[in-house]
Formats: sequence, structure tokens, C-alpha cells
Amino acid sequence: MLEQLLAGLEPSERAAIDDEELQILKDVEAEMPVFAAERSQLLPILQHIQGRHGYLPKLALQMVADYLGVTIGKVYGIATFYNQFKFNPPGRNPIKVCLGTACHVKGGEIILENFERRLEITEGQTSPDREYSLERVACIGCCALAPAVVVGDKVEAYVTPSKVEGIITEIEVRKAMAAREQERNEAANG
Amino acid sequence: MKRVENLAGLAAFRKACQAERDPERTMIAVCTGTGCQAHGCDRIVEGLRRELEQAGLDGKVEVKTTGCHGYCEKGPLAVIRPEGILYQRVKEKHVADIVTRTIANGEVLDKLLYFDPQSKQRIKLEKDVPFYGLQERLVFGDNGYIDPHSIEDYLAIGGYQALEKVLGGLSPEAVLKEIKLSELRGRGGGGFPTGRKWESAKAAPGATKYVICNADEGDPGAYMDRSLLEGNPHAVLEGMLIGAYTVGAGAGYVYVRNEYPQAVKNLGIAIASARSLGLLGDNILGSGFSFDLFVSKGGGAFVCGESSALIASIEGEVGEPRAKHIHMAESGLWGKPTVLNNVETWANVPLIIRRGAEWYRSLGSPGGRGTKIFSLVGKVRNTGLVEVPMGISLRQIIFEIGGGIPKGRAFKAVQTGGPSGGCIPEAQLDMPVDFDELMKLGSMMGSGGMIVMDDQTCMVDVAKYFIGFLKEESCGKCTTCREGLARMYEILDRITRGEGTMADLELLEEMAPVIQQASLCGLGKTAPNPVLSTLHWFRDEYLAHINDKQCPAGVCQALSRGEEK
Repeated sequence: MLEQLLAGLEPSERAAIDDEELQILKDVEAEMPVFAAERSQLLPILQHIQGRHGYLPKLALQMVADYLGVTIGKVYGIATFYNQFKFNPPGRNPIKVCLGTACHVKGGEIILENFERRLEITEGQTSPDREYSLERVACIGCCALAPAVVVGDKVEAYVTPSKVEGIITEIEVRKAMAAREQERNEAANG
Repeated sequence: MKRVENLAGLAAFRKACQAERDPERTMIAVCTGTGCQAHGCDRIVEGLRRELEQAGLDGKVEVKTTGCHGYCEKGPLAVIRPEGILYQRVKEKHVADIVTRTIANGEVLDKLLYFDPQSKQRIKLEKDVPFYGLQERLVFGDNGYIDPHSIEDYLAIGGYQALEKVLGGLSPEAVLKEIKLSELRGRGGGGFPTGRKWESAKAAPGATKYVICNADEGDPGAYMDRSLLEGNPHAVLEGMLIGAYTVGAGAGYVYVRNEYPQAVKNLGIAIASARSLGLLGDNILGSGFSFDLFVSKGGGAFVCGESSALIASIEGEVGEPRAKHIHMAESGLWGKPTVLNNVETWANVPLIIRRGAEWYRSLGSPGGRGTKIFSLVGKVRNTGLVEVPMGISLRQIIFEIGGGIPKGRAFKAVQTGGPSGGCIPEAQLDMPVDFDELMKLGSMMGSGGMIVMDDQTCMVDVAKYFIGFLKEESCGKCTTCREGLARMYEILDRITRGEGTMADLELLEEMAPVIQQASLCGLGKTAPNPVLSTLHWFRDEYLAHINDKQCPAGVCQALSRGEEK
């Protein structure tokens, strides 16, 4: 299925697909038969791809449409209706700022602003180095901890502007340590 | 797990589970709800287990990882049973002391006890803490005693007894009669009588019927469904089994938000263990009744909390509501008769069957029987989940259970009912809380979010917030909702920037009834409520924005604060 799809692309379109995306598409092709080729499986399949790869590449939508025998328009219509689906690769550290009612009342907007300023991206974007992505979410059900933020899988409670700084610094420090570790290993092996 | 074949087998297995669990044995129940997890409870659990092992007590004392206890503000929470000593804000450094001093020597650690700002005293027992004092935790209380991953734990506290009672000799008609008599009303928003819903679905022709649990808790500011599903999933399962038996459904779905990974996980474990025990599947307990349950994960669209949109979503379609001229009870999921109830409603069912409708009716008020779980959040001292008998006043919830407003600020409003609800001012705080009374105040029960606001919250900004939320979440099917909300948002935005005029207020009031009357589903029909209720109770604040170009709360950045009151 993938082979055919790729063969049908314009050379420029084909060139725009990098190795990472190609690998995702291959995975999708391999995993899709786990699901029955039934219309009711559309959401579960999209959720699976989103969950495993963090976003839905355009060609993957086409593959799902072909697999289920529906039009790409149908798949796209459903994927764009639900908030959970993303169409661009997320950052390695996805940050979700909660703007539910409790978080709004307790200054969630200010927290979002702080992240935007600190990361130099706006809500909905991924940083050019793919390190961070930032989004606003309606309610994560942690209202007693407002304002709350989810970094990766971890919920951060009672976030303040100084805590925003702390969260980013912690990620940067961990990254620097991992890089140093790798350097050391490479030196030891080389 | 060995499958139990009949009612006697289940009773015997329950007895065995109870025998294994000596209620006099010391147990440390650590809350591992989402709130406490953010506070690092996992390290507390590990630490306690390690210390117990080192002290040679690991065989005698159990560390129980439970769901949410409700008092999220004070997490991580640990309750030492059977005494019921509450340790709050437990940190890793306290773990050794808890084991060597409290567990081994019976010494109470003062520094970990709750400090009551009223009496200026430390309180030892969980039940004596004011936050819990006025509560009646019938549905939510079991969370503090069971490991949600263990069906044995649920059985040991009397779980699946209601199912046993039903399959052991209550006809579907008798169950229906009991539910109707209890006057149970839907906890998800509308407050529709559950018994009437079941009755229509039961009466509808057709062999294939469905029951659905609505766990698409989309109301921002409410999280009781999350905590119930995470902490006590079997109570929901048991309720659904009884509902399915009553209406004659063979299959059910739980539609749960994908944003709640822990709830999805615990629910999956609960279903799997119920299936292997024989409580789901064919010929349950030899009764001839067959039922199975499936999980459908929501895609993150608020409108999918609306019943017909939710069903469209399970069917794999865009979650757009349908016209309600055909009732779900006759033509719901895949065109079959369907009963759809909210998480908390289902969890109330086993309670009613076990203890009787007469008893249930004695709780609460005429405008709402039983208890309701609220998420008390925002500008209030004790944030968390509280379960109270209906009919209790807002003032009691906010000031006695919630401990009032922090930082010496003044109370301004409490917002109930989610985006479809309204803001209630100080003057109305003595009104009893139930379905009917809240409607009279221009708000509603909704799913039970209760967001407290102080004098630093701008009511125009709050209205703008909700309209902004609904504008994003409108599915776009009805013009009045799609376009009307966008225009309302523009007007409110204008007012918060100091560019509003008196004509804007008139326009808002003119648009509201049109949106209410010409939209198809509950989202549109109730969408103007936040605007109408703030305009009704807090008109002065709108006028300050328009005429004086001032935001009294100091929230709207384009405006001056005005004089400090």
C-alpha cells in the first residue's frame, strides 16, 4: 500500500518526506492490520497512530482512508474535528498549559505567556529544534492544583512564573547531562 | 482468577476476600490520585514499603495505593487505618518517622497532622477534619479503602452485593421500580430522572439494546468523574450491569476522555478482572443474563458530552449532535434503544439497590435526592472533591468545608454548572444546592464544578472566557451557535478592551434568546448562560468597563483598576 502511494507522488512531494516520517509510515502499514477494516475502527486507528507517533502524517491519513475504503476527506474531517489529533511532529518535551476554569481564574494565561516568552514560540507551535512544543488545553481534571501544566506525562501543580523558569531549566540541565554522558561514553569507546 | 459460576460462588469468594483482610490490621492508605501524584506520592509509597521491610513489618502492615481521597489541597495524603489518622503534605523525609515512630510505636507525628486555622489546633483523625466533617461520602468514600486495581478489595467492602441481590431474585421490573422510587436524577448536567430514562428504553421494542457510561468529563473545572473512575471503577461497572439487566441490554460502552490516561487504564483493568471472574460475559453467575462492556476513548471534543454527539463519536463519526425528535431510548447507538448515564449516576445505582430506595430518598432534598460530588476549586482555601447531601447551602460548602477565601480577600461569586452554568453572588449563598434551586438562580448543577471567585476575578473576563471556550468547542452545525457565539465573544472582547458601548449590552441580551432557542443541542441552548447570569448579578462591573473604562478586579489589562474598594 505504501509503495504504491509513494510511487504516485510528485518528485518534490516524495523528497519532502524525510527518513523519520518514512519510518512512521512503514510502522503504520505494519500495524494497521491489527484493527478490523471497519468504519467504526477509524477513531481507534487514528488514536493509535497519534499515541504512538505523536502526530498524523498526511500520507498516513491516506493510508487509513485506503485501508477502510473511505475518502481522505472523511478521515481528514474527523481528524480535524477532535482536539487530540495533531498534524505536525510534537517536541521532545510537549508542554500543555491548562486553561480550564479554575486555572483561568488562578492566572493560567500568565503561565502560558511565560512559556511563550521563554521558549520563543507561540501556543500551537513546536520549537525549530523540535525540543519543545506548546499547547493550551481546556481542562486536564487537576483543578485543585490550579494553575496546572503537563510536561511530558508529569503534572506540575501551582505553577508560577518562577516555576516556569525552573521547569525549563530542569529540562535543559537534564539534556546537558545526557549530552555529557554520551560524550564520555564515546570518548571511552573511541 | 477463578471464574465463579453462580451466586453462591460469588458470596463465597467475597467471604474469602473479607477473611484475608483483617479490618483490625494496620494499613497505610496512600492517595495516588492524580493530584497526589503531582505532589510525588509514588516516592512516598516506595519509601513506606522500603522502611516497613527494613523494620521487619512488611508482613504485618500493608501499604494500600488508593484512588483520590478528595482533599487534593493537602496532598500527598496518607491515612493510617483502622484508627483513621490523617497525615497530610507527607514528604519523602517523613517516611522513616511514620514507620519507626507511628507504626512501630504508636506515636502520633504532630507536624503531619492537619492544622485547623479556626481552633488553632492540630487534628488527629481524618473524620474530625472540618473539610470532611459536613460531607456525606457515600459514593466517593470507598475510594480511601480500596486499591482500584483489585476486584477483591471491592468485593471485600461489599462490592457486587447489589448485583447479587438483583440476579438473586429481583425482576427487571422490580429494579426499575426501585430506581424510580429513589428519584435518582442524572448527575451529568440535566438532572433527568434516571428511572424514566430506563423505563423508556426497557419499553422500546427490539432485542438489541445498549447502555453507555458518559465519562467524557469536558466541563472545565470538574473532575469527580475522573476520580471515581480512577479510584473505584467497579462501582461504575456494577451500576451498568444492573442497568443493563433492567433494560435488557447485552452490551455497553464507557466513553472516556483520552485526556484521562489513568482512568482509561484502571477501567481496563477492572473490566478484565470482572470478565475473568465471570461478572461480565455470557450467562453471568448462571443467571442467564449476558452482558459485556467495552471502552471507547473520546477524542477531546467538549460537545461529545452531549448524548447524541457522544453516540456519533462511538460510531466513528464527527461528534455532531442530532435532532432530538427521536429519543435515544428508542433509537440511540447504531439505531438501537440506548440508556446513557453519567459516571456518578451509575455509581449511585448499587448503593440504591443495596440499601433501598426508601433510605436513599431520605437523603438530600425534594429538588435532588442523595448526595452530589462537587469539585470545589478556584479561590477557596480547601480545594478538592467534596460529596455532600443535596440541599446543603452554598455558604456551607464554600465557607465551612472549603474554609473560605484565602489571603483575606473577599468572596465575589461562585460559578457552577460548567460553561452552561452561571455565576452566583454572595447574596444568594444561603440557597440550598439542588437541581431545581440552582436553575432558579440562573445557573445549573451541571456535572458539579464549583469555581470560587474573589474580588480579583473580573466577571466580564469570566463571561468572555466561557464564551471563548464554547466558541472553540461549538461543532459548527447550527448557525446561531457557531456565528452567535463568535459575535458574542467579539463584543465581550471589545468591552474588556474598554471599547464597549451601552448598545453592546442590549445586543448581548437580544442575541442570547435567539441562540438559546434556535440551537439544536444543549451546548448552544445553554451557551449564553454565563453572559446572562453575569449581566444579571454583576451588571455594575459591565458598566464600569463601559462607562468608566475601569476593570474593578484589575484583570483587564487595557483598563485602569479604578479605586480600590
